[in-house]
Parts: sequence; structure tokens; C-alpha cells
Amino acid sequence: MKKQSTDRDMIFRGRFEVIEPYLYLLPFMLGVVVFTLYPVINVVLMSFKQDYSMLTRGFSSWGFGNYQKTLTDANFWQAIRNTLRYVLLVVPISLVLALLIANFLNQKLKGSAVYQSIFFLPMVTSVTAVGLAWKFMFNNRGVINYFLSFLGVKAIPWLRSSQMGAYNMTALVIFGIWNIMPFTIILLLSGLQNIDPQYRVAAKVDAASDVRIFFRITVPLLAPTIFLVGIVNTISCFKVFSELYPLFGGNPGAMGNLYTVVYYIRTSMMTYQDYGVASAAALILFGFIAVFTFAQNGIRKITERRKVR
Amino acid sequence: MRHVYRFFIYLFLTVMGLIMFLPFLWMFLSAFKTSAEVTASPPVWIPSSFSLINFQLAFEKAPFLRYFINSVVVMISSVLVTTVTSILAAFAFSRLRFPGRQTLFSMLLSMMMIPFEMLIITNYTTVIDLGIYDTIWALILPFTSSIFYTYILKNFFDTVPESLYWSARIDGASNWHYLWRVMVPMARPSLTTVILLNALASWNSFMWPMYVIIKDTNRTLPWGLQVFTTEAGSNPEQQMAASTVVVLPMIILFLFARKYIVGGVARGGLKG
Repeated sequence: MKKQSTDRDMIFRGRFEVIEPYLYLLPFMLGVVVFTLYPVINVVLMSFKQDYSMLTRGFSSWGFGNYQKTLTDANFWQAIRNTLRYVLLVVPISLVLALLIANFLNQKLKGSAVYQSIFFLPMVTSVTAVGLAWKFMFNNRGVINYFLSFLGVKAIPWLRSSQMGAYNMTALVIFGIWNIMPFTIILLLSGLQNIDPQYRVAAKVDAASDVRIFFRITVPLLAPTIFLVGIVNTISCFKVFSELYPLFGGNPGAMGNLYTVVYYIRTSMMTYQDYGVASAAALILFGFIAVFTFAQNGIRKITERRKVR
Repeated sequence: MRHVYRFFIYLFLTVMGLIMFLPFLWMFLSAFKTSAEVTASPPVWIPSSFSLINFQLAFEKAPFLRYFINSVVVMISSVLVTTVTSILAAFAFSRLRFPGRQTLFSMLLSMMMIPFEMLIITNYTTVIDLGIYDTIWALILPFTSSIFYTYILKNFFDTVPESLYWSARIDGASNWHYLWRVMVPMARPSLTTVILLNALASWNSFMWPMYVIIKDTNRTLPWGLQVFTTEAGSNPEQQMAASTVVVLPMIILFLFARKYIVGGVARGGLKG
């Protein structure tokens, strides 16, 4: 084997130093191989094993049966529809709100630290625990309907089954937006802080209004960051799951129709013991995520190249 | 005009801040309410007395003390082990030379985009095969190494000038000594960030414990809380008291370490 080595390398290269790097890597790689690498390979294999049995670990044959089963399951399509709906509502709304908040927080306000602490709090708290607070707030006679009553809105059955099943989804989306806000604000704020303040100063000298500065300078300069945050949030919203538990007592919505993709994976596995379908669904989810990750890497590479110039 | 604009900003931030804080406010206040107060309509905001009776009742109905201890044990063990394995691996990738180093590292980076949801199916059977199903080990062992935290630490180690390494080596320091005596103390800010992010993730972890823990006494707080609310059908005020117990330690941690946590999220959030 050819090895590039400098003189200095030669001085210290004893026999031990050849194996030393592997000793440093061993404990880390052990965990990675057992709990990440092997599961990835295995889930791909499992998705093609037909009639897999958890007890015997046997299967009848290789094939696309699991994918066929998954793609013809009405519940799976329900899950895809719900998940896409959730993504399409949560990601844009949270981006717009977070952009406004981040932009204001960036303008050297009094009490900025207090505001930041409050805005960032949902990031560190358990979804299950705060979700319970939301559940009681969404009650028919809860705080949210109480506030809405001032606007003349009749009590909305947010978490109950009703003819308008959309209320369940709306409640989930509101909780989801609230949850993802801190992360979104932090990333946009740090993007804003990377913008050279000279642009703003120059615009102010030209007597541009704040609104104009926001739309003509801040937003265009921040565009790559906004895109990236949008993609990262899309990926994390695709995995919506834990939010369902506290709101609906562990059920997928009050009418059982609020399946999400990850929820579908869990029921296939734990309720129906169908590991093949669970694996196939997981790989379809991964397909979505992979597309967005490649888009993310592409955008990042383009913007980094621009920075170098 | 400027004053009007400023006023509008404060108004907007205050209203949004109140909305963001409302669930916490409702949770903390309800934890002290009587069952009549918590369901009253129109809502009663301030409880008539601040007695700890709801906490006491919740802790009697379900073993929340046990959940709490389990959460602490799982968090400390997994953070401790992950930190050590990440330091060692980050050092190897940053400073030591071995064939295939670059290839291996970029392979690991590409594995970061794999969602944990996809690994659960196999990890579930692995945990059964290892004979640690429904034990606290099932919550610790799968979380003993992290590509993401290794990546953050390696990035920091890369910024330390090479000359420092070689002068230490010429003075007779071994790699091991250099790592623990020079690099690790220097990496304290990055290490703090990694430890805090890891602690948060471990404490709030819900999905995985739900898969692998059945026995009541092996549950951690979020999972224990979820079962408490569905099985016991208990009163909202007790549920809010229990939720407060889950949420408060991390809020206190956050208030003390906000800069590290926010900085870590800002730096790591966009790396896929």
C-alpha cells in the first residue's frame, strides 16, 4: 500500500500509532454500525421480504409485495395526504411569522433577551407535556374558544369528531407551527446577523423606509437561508408524529382519520405486526426526505460558491 | 412616524410572545387550581391558593418519582458515553492519519440524513435480540454514539492549529495526553453545546421509549406522562402538575444556558 507521509509522520510512526486511530474510532463505530448502518441495510432488505414473520424471522419470497400492499392501502394514502397537508400549512405559515419576528428581534430592541427566551422556550420543552396544555386549551369550553368568543366565533370542536373533520387538522397545525417556531426564528435570526449591516446603513442614508428595506434588502439577501430553513422544516414536518399523542390521547385524530406517515409505520409494525409494510412505508418516507436533502445540499453549495467569490 | 413603527414592532412581538407563552402559563397556573377552577367557563386564570396538592396526588397515582429518576439516569449515561465516543472519534477524524479517513467521514455525513423513524424497525428487533427489551438499557445503548455531535466537535478540532499538536508531540506528549489535556479543555464551548443538545434530546425523547418500554417502573417522564393521561383518566389539574414536572428542569437549564443552546442550533440546524 502506498502511503503519503511527511518526515514528521515518520518520526512518530511506531507500530502502535498505526492502529491507534482505529482504537479511537472503535467505540463510536460500534454504535454507528449496530444502530445506524445495519438498520439501514436491513430495512431495505425487509421491505422486499414478503410475508416476513417476526417470530420465525422467516419470509416466503423476495419481491415488491410490501410496496404493492402499502401503495394500495387507503390508510397509507390518507397518511400521505394528511402529512402533505400538514407540511404545506405549517412550513409557509411558520416561515412568514418567524421572518417577521426574527427581523424585529434583529433591530436592537429593549428587552430583546426576554423576548428571545420566550420565543425559544418551546424548543426545549417536551412535546408530550406542552401538548397536554394545548389539549386543555383546545377544549370546547377551553381558553382558545373563550378568546375566539370575543371575536364572535362560536365554540369550535377542535379535538372532537365533527362533521367538519378539518378542525382536528387545524388544531394539529396550530400546535405544529407553535412547536417549530423557535427553531425557525433562531436560524433566520442567525442568517440576518450574517448580513453586512452596511447595506441597511446605506439604504437608511438614502432615506428608504423600514418596510422598503425589509422587502428590497433583507428578504432578497436572506433568500438562500429562507429556502434552506424551509427545506429543513419540510423534512422535519414530514416526520410529524409525537404531536398527535397528547392532543388526541394516542389516537390519530378524534375520528381516526388523522394518520400521518410515521403514525402509519408505527401501526403497521405494532398493531398489525407487518414489518414488511412498515419497512416499505419507511423507505417511501425516506424517498421524500432524500429528495429534499439533495435540494438542500444543492442550494448550500451554490450559496457557498457565491460567498467565496 | 418612527415612533409609530417602533410601537408597532413592540406590539407585534408582545402579542406573539404572549401566544407563544400561553401554553406554559396555562400549564403552570392550572397545576395549582382546584378541579372546579380548571374546568370553569369562562376560564379562571389565577388559582385561589398555591398549594402543592395536585403534585402530591399525581405522584401518588403514578410513580412519577421513578419516571424522574429513570429520565435522569438515561440522560446522564447516554450523554456521558456519547460525549466520550464523539470526542475520541472527532479527534481521530481531525488529527490522526489513517487510510480511508476522508471516505469514511463523508460516508458518515451522508448517513446523517437518515431519519431515526426509518431505523426504529430494525433497532426494535435488535433490542429484543440483545435481551434488553423493556429495560433501561434499551434507552441508553442505541444512543451512545452520534454522527452529528462528532461532526460538530471535529469542526472545532479542525480549527486548532497543527503547530500546537506538533510542539506538544515533540515535548513528548502522546496523542491521548494531547487530546485530554490540550484539545478537550480548549473545546469547552463546543462540548457544552453538544452536551446540552444531547441532554435536551434525551430528556424529551418520546417515540423510542414508547416502542421499547412496557413496564410502568421502566418508563421515563414523557412516556410515563402519556400513559398517566390516557389510563388513569385523571383530572386536568393533576395532568398539568405532572407536565410541569416534565417541563421545568429543561426550562431552568435553558434560562442558564440559552447562549450555548441557541448557538448550537444556529450552527447545526442547517447541516443535513
